[in-house]
Amino acid sequence: MSRTSTGLLVGLALALLPITALAQQKAADPAVVAKGEYLARAGDCIACHTAREGRTFAGGLPMKTPFGTLYTSNITPDPQTGIGTWTSDQFYQMMHSGRFPDGGLVYPAMPFASYTQVTREDSDAIYAYLRTVPPVRQLNKPHDLTFPFNNRSLILGWRTLFFREGEFKPDPTKSAEWNRGNYLVEGLGHCGMCHTPINALGGSKQSQAFEGGLIPMQNWYAPSLTSNKETGLGDWTIEEIVDYLRKGVSAKGAVYGPMAEVVYNSLQYLNDDDVRAMAVYLKGLAQGGPPEKASTSLPSAESSLLLSLGKSIYDRDCASCHGATGQGMPPDYPPLAGNQSIQMVSAVNPIRMVLNGGYPPGTSGNPMPHGMPPFAQKLSDDEVAAVVTYIRTAWGNRGEPVSARQANELRAATLN
Amino acid sequence: MAARVLACAPCHGAEGEGTRDVYFPRLAGKPAGYLYNQLIAFRDGRRKYPPMNYLLEFQTDDYLKKIAEYFASLRPAFPPPVPPVDSKEILARGEAIVKNGDPQHGIPPCSACHGPTLGGMEPGIPGLLGLRAAYISGQLGGWRYGTRTALAPDCMQVVASLLTEDDVKAVAAYLSSRPAPADPSFAPRGSLPMPLECGSEPH
Ligand code: HEC
Ligand code: HEC
Ligand code: HEC
Ligand code: HEC
Ligand code: HEC
Repeated sequence: MSRTSTGLLVGLALALLPITALAQQKAADPAVVAKGEYLARAGDCIACHTAREGRTFAGGLPMKTPFGTLYTSNITPDPQTGIGTWTSDQFYQMMHSGRFPDGGLVYPAMPFASYTQVTREDSDAIYAYLRTVPPVRQLNKPHDLTFPFNNRSLILGWRTLFFREGEFKPDPTKSAEWNRGNYLVEGLGHCGMCHTPINALGGSKQSQAFEGGLIPMQNWYAPSLTSNKETGLGDWTIEEIVDYLRKGVSAKGAVYGPMAEVVYNSLQYLNDDDVRAMAVYLKGLAQGGPPEKASTSLPSAESSLLLSLGKSIYDRDCASCHGATGQGMPPDYPPLAGNQSIQMVSAVNPIRMVLNGGYPPGTSGNPMPHGMPPFAQKLSDDEVAAVVTYIRTAWGNRGEPVSARQANELRAATLN
Repeated sequence: MAARVLACAPCHGAEGEGTRDVYFPRLAGKPAGYLYNQLIAFRDGRRKYPPMNYLLEFQTDDYLKKIAEYFASLRPAFPPPVPPVDSKEILARGEAIVKNGDPQHGIPPCSACHGPTLGGMEPGIPGLLGLRAAYISGQLGGWRYGTRTALAPDCMQVVASLLTEDDVKAVAAYLSSRPAPADPSFAPRGSLPMPLECGSEPH
């Protein structure tokens, strides 16, 4: 069913329902609205449902997928173009089951596969909050998907494979804090959308939950969050994870790439207890199997040449901030020695950092971050490969060398 | 502050003095309000240059204001003006547009907004001296082709689309041939006639 006909049917169905919607509207208790606003932050609705320079929650943000471009929806309470006529039941059905009011299937780019865990009470609070935001009259832009993905019935297949409907069930053997963290990370936080390997259909593979993955179309790698010493958060203290998630900088590493958006729009607004609960839960995640180990793809003579070139570039261009032995000056300049986010099998992140530089997000805990300059114009592909190889292997780091070709390929990666 | 903005140094110089690359502008000494508007425009994608859009994407208004004020306060030396390579006719045409406009084609004098000394006006209008020809024509082209937009109403978009390619070349040649003042002096807010309304320079 096409999006337009869905919209039409929704319109028809809702013409019969305005009284229920109105009746619910006046029940908005300020405490519930405030809670809903907080939960909407935890779910980062704003990041997807607000276009750049667009009105808040009016949608229209293009989301590139391997199958074409989706445009997010207007979720302001405008009755014609937004969700002003939806009832709280219909809203819950969207969050919980990924279905439009007429039963039509929602694309999983809307993270209902995670939001399904959200309780009815929390869904109602978000609903109450969204009814209080200024309505914006703005028609949804039709999605621009290639055949056959423009056919919504394909979503059925995806749902069979990857969607497990069901509210969060606390584990009575674990602490309340752990359970709260579990609820936020797996539910509203939809962290798995990036931190789980993405399969060809755009679903997260549950069997490898949180073991990390390359985000399609963006060319960033979201590292494993499982508690493994080599690739996960095993070495991090709770305090360091909390700093990283809330301030955007920590003694172990700084936030960059797509994670910066998550901290900027969502995590910095969460209270200390909730972020701590998330950290406790993340630290407790156990990794399924041993991390993949890439085979050295470069002959060793070449790697040792790369290394000596890499060291001289490092001493000239990087040591002033990251320290002669990669110790950094945290929190302003992250350490590179022992930083697992640069030693992962995928070298995409450190290569892109060197090419593009970056700033951790400006947050209330770190309002004026220090930045890293881009080196794309200054360093050749060989030099980028050399310095990245050096930081991945020096000071006891255990990453694999990278090639000039890998560096070259990432020059074209889209920024933003 | 200097340490926080080291990320800008490879392109704009450690003190915002600019670099050898003719497309990378000087930042130092421009009005803080103007620089702030540019930083917001890059952050929000209204002015496009992907490496900068990317760096600024997740910074707050407050921080961008501090960065703007920092660069506005610096006074590194200007590079000596490049001896003009263009013909006298071209330079004369440029000077005429800058000082008197071209009434026949509805082009207002640049000095009506950028000031008789071309030093700019507080808070949002930059000076036009000390810029290089390639940068000036690049920016005027950006307005014509929509890769640069300022707050609405975007008066520079109107001005730039009245200019022909030859006018752009002449104006850029003339402006870049003038020596930059050692100390920038902005006209006080509201002191110039401004033939068009500009969103970046509210009355
Ligand atoms: C990762 C991006 C993303 C996030 C985060 C996200 N959404 Fe969505 N949302 C989408 C997309 C894409 C669609 C359109 C789906 C479709 O057309 O099938 C959508 C559709 C919707 C719709 C249907 C509106 C309509 O009229 O069609 C609602 C309601 C909604 N989202 C609410 C929310 C809420 C509430 C949150 C936060 C708790 C949220 N979304 C977070 C991407 C997102
Ligand atoms: C839009 C994709 C995306 C989402 C959603 C996302 N992350 Fe990330 N995350 C990344 C990327 C990419 C990185 C690597 C960059 C970095 O280290 O800053 C990362 C890094 C991290 C790290 C640092 C890991 C390390 O070893 O250095 C932690 C911790 C983390 N994310 C936690 C979370 C949590 C908790 C959530 C949910 C609230 C979440 N992320 C949601 C993309 C995402
Ligand atoms: C002016 C100081 C500065 C210089 C010089 C610098 N960096 Fe950085 N670097 C930073 C800052 C600040 C961050 C955090 C950026 C972010 O979070 O977006 C960072 C982040 C990184 C990261 C990601 C690690 C993490 O956990 O955040 C890598 C990899 C990196 N730098 C490598 C290099 C290399 C290689 C060089 C030399 C070619 C270099 N840096 C030069 C300041 C610098
Ligand atoms: C990779 C090179 C590069 C880096 C790094 C960079 N810039 Fe720029 N910047 C440019 C270019 C090129 C332009 C002109 C863009 C255009 O044509 O519109 C520009 C324009 C600007 C302008 C507008 C100047 C004017 O007169 O209109 C400001 C302000 C600015 N940059 C500030 C910064 C700040 C602050 C940083 C550091 C956070 C930074 N830039 C980092 C290349 C860079
Ligand atoms: C009606 C007032 C007005 C007139 C007339 C005007 N300008 Fe501007 N100009 C502005 C404003 C306002 C800005 C700042 C725009 C912004 O915020 O991006 C500006 C910015 C510029 C810039 C960008 C400078 C930089 O550092 O990037 C250039 C170049 C420029 N003007 C050239 C000209 C030329 C050449 C003329 C004459 C042909 C002219 N202007 C006439 C108001 C005017």
